[in-house]
Amino acid sequence: MSNQSAARKSKEYVRPMPVTWWLNRKTYFLFMVRELTCLFVGGYALFLLVLLAQANDADAFAAMLNSPLSVVLHLVALLMVLYHSITWINLTSKVMVVWRREDRVSPKWIAAANYVVWVALSLSIFGICWKIAGT
Amino acid sequence: MAANDADQSGRKIILEVFRYRPDEEDEPRFDRYDVPYREDWVVLDALNHVKDTMDGTLSYRWACRMGVCGSCGMMVNGEPKLTCATFLRDYYPEPIRIEPLDYFPVIRDLVINMDDFLHKLDDVQAWLIPKEERSVSEGEYRQSPAELARYKQFSMCINCMLCYSACPVYGRHQGFIGPAAIALAQRYNLDSRDGGAEDRAEVIFSHEGIWECTFVGDCTRVCPKNVDPAAAIQQAKVAATKDLFMSVLVPHGTKEQ
Repeated sequence: MSNQSAARKSKEYVRPMPVTWWLNRKTYFLFMVRELTCLFVGGYALFLLVLLAQANDADAFAAMLNSPLSVVLHLVALLMVLYHSITWINLTSKVMVVWRREDRVSPKWIAAANYVVWVALSLSIFGICWKIAGT
Repeated sequence: MAANDADQSGRKIILEVFRYRPDEEDEPRFDRYDVPYREDWVVLDALNHVKDTMDGTLSYRWACRMGVCGSCGMMVNGEPKLTCATFLRDYYPEPIRIEPLDYFPVIRDLVINMDDFLHKLDDVQAWLIPKEERSVSEGEYRQSPAELARYKQFSMCINCMLCYSACPVYGRHQGFIGPAAIALAQRYNLDSRDGGAEDRAEVIFSHEGIWECTFVGDCTRVCPKNVDPAAAIQQAKVAATKDLFMSVLVPHGTKEQ
């Protein structure tokens, strides 16, 4: 590197990226919210494991679910998981590209197919739990 | 230009422009310019007016002034934009803040050092690596409309680097290969004439490549040519994963190789 370009390079101004970068733009903020919902997804999976570990003890099982705190936490977790699922299903069309000759199958169909599978699986699991709870 | 002005109202708009003169000062500053407001002016017109009539020392890049060359990218009110495609009327009467593209070092005023991006184009080998050599006498490569459609969207990239200024991953770590470079690699990987996917894989599938991407999606949002680099990167992730599975299930490859 010549003296001139070396001198020029050392005088280049580098702007620091603030730690609060994700507050500077709405899309950044929504991205961080989406990423943080993973904590609730993983957290609820852990909760389910602990719950199932007490499947043989009816009282302990019920105690984990019956308190008002449990209901509030469940509602929050439900909102987080819904946000997580909806944002990701809406992005599936970016990942899955289906071609019909020269045209792409509309992204809406890809997302729609994922929604159908999601709802069908959710209803099935809900139905199974309902049946078990009823017996 | 002034003689033909339809707008005689004398309306003005304020530009707050980032200035950095390394030969004069160590720190940047903002200069305010009161420029004429015209309904049909873009930010680039206003900058040219400043340079022509008010302050000839202002430095910035531009060329085609019609959104195809990718030269005039700058931050306009904190958003990466092509200044030739950003209308004053969308901001009037509020002042407009103009800064150099984010996440690149500033050489002077609004001019950034884009060497990093250019090196990455080299790294990903953003050119055709023909699957089969053809001499000129053998005639042209033939490609159907369907084959063209596979990669056409990613070929629209004008190398304007707005996506790099939108990408927080790149902002935190300039080692990331970045949206445009990966989209261009995909453009060639998907081109039926190209046989260089394996050559590019080492760079694209590295820890500085696609796996750094956390799918923020802002690159796609700011892209002026609808290239959708985020989609290119996610599709590359699928391709890389398929490659991995195939290499495990079929270790020595298929007969086609």
